[in-house]
Formats: sequence, C-alpha cells, structure tokens
Amino acid sequence: MDIKVNVRQAPGDCYLVDLSGEIDVYTSPKVKDALGDLIDRGVYHLVINLEKVRYIDSTGLGVLIGGLKRVREHGGSVNLVCTNPQIKKIFDITGLVKIFGIYENEDAAMKALV
Amino acid sequence: MNQAVEHAVPEVVELRIPSRPEWVALARLAAATVANRLSFSIDEIEDVRLAVAEACTAVIQHESHGEFIQITCEALADSLRVRVHDTGRHGVHLNERQRMNFDEARIAGLGVFLIRTLMDEVSYDVHPQLGTDLLMVKRLAGRTD
Repeated sequence: MDIKVNVRQAPGDCYLVDLSGEIDVYTSPKVKDALGDLIDRGVYHLVINLEKVRYIDSTGLGVLIGGLKRVREHGGSVNLVCTNPQIKKIFDITGLVKIFGIYENEDAAMKALV
Repeated sequence: MNQAVEHAVPEVVELRIPSRPEWVALARLAAATVANRLSFSIDEIEDVRLAVAEACTAVIQHESHGEFIQITCEALADSLRVRVHDTGRHGVHLNERQRMNFDEARIAGLGVFLIRTLMDEVSYDVHPQLGTDLLMVKRLAGRTD
C-alpha cells in the first residue's frame, strides 16, 4: 500500500496535485508534506485530483482540510476532482462537500479556481 | 467466493496487529473480507472497511495505546460484529452528535463521527486493567433484530 503524489504546474499560479493510491494514517504524512511544500513555496491555488485514490479516511481528510486552511489564510483555494462514489460519500456524510469545491474533471476544477 | 454465511454458529476471525500505522491496512482488509462473506453490498463493505480502519487509527493516535490491537470479526446470520480491543487505558469519545457540520466537528473527531455514521451499533467498554473494547455492529439490510 502506498500513495503516489505527482505535482504539475498549470497555467497561471495554479498547481495540480495528482494523488494515486490509499490515503490513511500511514500514507497521509506524505500527502501532507507534498501540500506543505507547495504552500511554503507560495502556491495558494490548488486542484487536487483524487480520481486514482481508492481509499481515504479521516486522517486523509484532515490533511486536505489542513491544506485548505493554510491556503485560505493567503486568499487561496483548493478544489478537488472526484468521481469515485465511495470517496464522495465520505465527503458528503462529513459535510466537507460544503467546504471543498468538488468537480467531475480537472477542467471544471481549474476554471472554478479563478 | 461470495457466499452468504448460512449457519447458526458465528464464524469468527481474529487478527492481532501491532499498534502502528503501517498495519491498519491489514486490519481493514481483513474486516472487509469477512464482510464480503456475508451478503453486504459493496457500499456496506466499504462502510465496514472504513469504520474498522478509523477504530484502529483512533487507537494508534491515542498517546496511551497498547502495543497491539486485537480485531475480532464475528460473521452472524444477520449481522457482522467487530470488536476492536486495545490494551491501552483510555476511552474513545463516542457520545458525540450523530451528525455535525464541519464548523462543529474537529478534525480529530471525524474518525469517531464516521464510525458512528457508518455502523448500526457502536459501543465501548473501558476496563481499568484490560484496556478498551470498541464494539461495532453492521446489520444486513432488512434485518433489524
């Protein structure tokens, strides 16, 4: 079990973060570090693609919430790409659908950022 | 294999993992495998998978957890009972609201909130000498007793 993190620069000052695998108490520190590195570099507009995430738990949600809090302090935002019904269900029952912008594809998530 | 358990005697699967993050994946896989032995839907199996992982994670994240976590899954005719036992001496705060929004919920409480939401019954016992038991029950759809 592992999580893969791939960071891509998009037009403007936006970045895309592709996550692949399972985000849990073991792997979430890797995601936290990747997001933290970007934010430390002054990247405050992020799209995080969860299309290849098979599993996420509360520690993974916590990392995403933490990232969102940090970028918002700088007027930034985080949008998510997610179509996996199991993952979307977790965002739904925790009420996080009201906090994150959740989109069906990268284009929609990017357009909604700016 | 995905045949429902049809006998009266529960099938019991026990797993003991070190109380470390790298072993939580094994616990949730085992619980999901047992759930798959019953007639749960894929959605319900995922509920069990997440709830067991959250229970183990709650143990690991607690400062006074024990060295091991014991996960016991009982496949019954009408339900799945999962007991997560930690030898640490603490309780999981389960008396929170059934449903809360983000502003009310602390990140640290999300795991417990998910457990309560995804499972049909949740209770816990704190034994001063033996540790903490978290008992979770997932009933098969249409079975209420």
